[in-house]
Amino acid sequence: MTSGGIWFRLANLDRRWVYLVIGIVTFLPIIFYIGVPVSITPEVQAVYRKIDSLSPGTVIMVPMEFGPSTMAELEPMARAVLRHCFSRDLKIISTALQIEGVILMEKVLRESAAEYGGKYGEDYVFLGYKPYPDIVILNMGENFRKPFPRDYYGNNLDDLPMMNGVANYSNTACIVNINSTSGVDYWINYANGRYGADLALGVTAVIATDYYAFLQSNQIFGLMGGLKGAAEYERLIGRRKDIANRSMTSVSVAHLFIILFIVVGNFAYFINRGKGRA
Amino acid sequence: MEFTLGQILWMTVAVFLTLCIFSFLYKDNPFYTFAEHLIVGISAGYWIAILYHTSLTDLWIEPLVDSFSALKDIEGATAGKIGMIIVNILPGAIGILMLSRFFKKAAWISRWPIAYYLGVSAGVAFPLFLQSFVIRQVAANMIDPSAMVGTMRSDLTVLYHYGNSTLLFWQGLGEIIIVFGSICGLAYFYFSAEHKGILGGAARIGIWILMIGFGATFGYTVMARVSLLIGRFNFMIDWVSALSEYFRA
Repeated sequence: MTSGGIWFRLANLDRRWVYLVIGIVTFLPIIFYIGVPVSITPEVQAVYRKIDSLSPGTVIMVPMEFGPSTMAELEPMARAVLRHCFSRDLKIISTALQIEGVILMEKVLRESAAEYGGKYGEDYVFLGYKPYPDIVILNMGENFRKPFPRDYYGNNLDDLPMMNGVANYSNTACIVNINSTSGVDYWINYANGRYGADLALGVTAVIATDYYAFLQSNQIFGLMGGLKGAAEYERLIGRRKDIANRSMTSVSVAHLFIILFIVVGNFAYFINRGKGRA
Repeated sequence: MEFTLGQILWMTVAVFLTLCIFSFLYKDNPFYTFAEHLIVGISAGYWIAILYHTSLTDLWIEPLVDSFSALKDIEGATAGKIGMIIVNILPGAIGILMLSRFFKKAAWISRWPIAYYLGVSAGVAFPLFLQSFVIRQVAANMIDPSAMVGTMRSDLTVLYHYGNSTLLFWQGLGEIIIVFGSICGLAYFYFSAEHKGILGGAARIGIWILMIGFGATFGYTVMARVSLLIGRFNFMIDWVSALSEYFRA
């Protein structure tokens, strides 16, 4: 470690230095904010256009499945989509089929509704959690009342004015599923595949690439991937200073440094290999 | 926003636990182990509470109680009411069989509910999965080459004559790459013949296509992890401002 020149030392650098540098370069842009351009992709725009085209009073489903470990990515996305829906006076049905995040999702929905004066039972309904998402999604295709005889707050669904005449997916204009789990497959398979519901996805960046194939095959009409997808949606609804957009500078700077580390690491590796030290 | 003392305390606990988890980046330590064990324990307790309130009560206990109460009604056939009781008892009874795992001699009975669930799930899922994840994906790759080339050519003609285009050329080229890439990717996973000649060439292109796919996934994964870090930083910044607001008030 002490001998062998700078490239040898770099190739054997303690990884904690890398963590420290990434931590610093991620933290500083949050404090000293500089905006970065965020290009709008067609797949995010498709979600925006669909929601924007719906007439006030239309029922839309925004099921949310994320927990504390993925809320950094999906909470801004959920808020952006919900704000758009509430600003357009759409009626929202939401579920939380991921157990860790039930309270989080209820909070996101309640707070977003409050911003636009949305009333529970009239403008939005939160059905909450039920186990086995595949069975729940299948059952909702028959009738929301089958897996959810009552909503999250214990109300009978028939007592909620918004649910009058709303039986299943066919009574909703589309589904925008914001999801961090492999449960996305169930929505594609059952909600779209079995019941033909118009489906769009908002997923974590880790799984986003898996779902581009479904965009190409028209099984989903839109796709939002990770914090970038959230930032794009915030821009589309004219909220450029919201959390996802403010975080994009940190993302960009951190990416630059990670690329730099990869280049330097590879360079050091090949130089050391050339000298027979790898 | 005004914060209560309770909110400030809980936020402080959350910040402390975040730092405990971050401390693992330096090296494994008792603070990290404490936070790790705490989350496992709390998750288990939280799951039980949520499952009890959102599932066990309104999907089993209440319908069961209702079906017993229905027995008291004069109206309706008794046979039907007893039938409903049996229907409502069955799911619970099957579920209770899972608890047989705690008894060594009877542990094998727990396989029955698992077999029931897996059987139903597989039966329902299989045809739909085949439809959604195989047939529709294959169908999306079946394009009419002559129509696509025609569209691409007309797009280039518009670009040449009028100086603008509808970008159908690039869209068409993208579709050709998708079809070609899918075939080459599949060729790489075809092991019944030696990877030589045309198959070998296609397999080599296939591995490049796969690597590009993995690269895109890696890039997205990095963004996801950085996003989580940003989320924690934002929370800690919120905590500092909440703390200063609380003590200033």
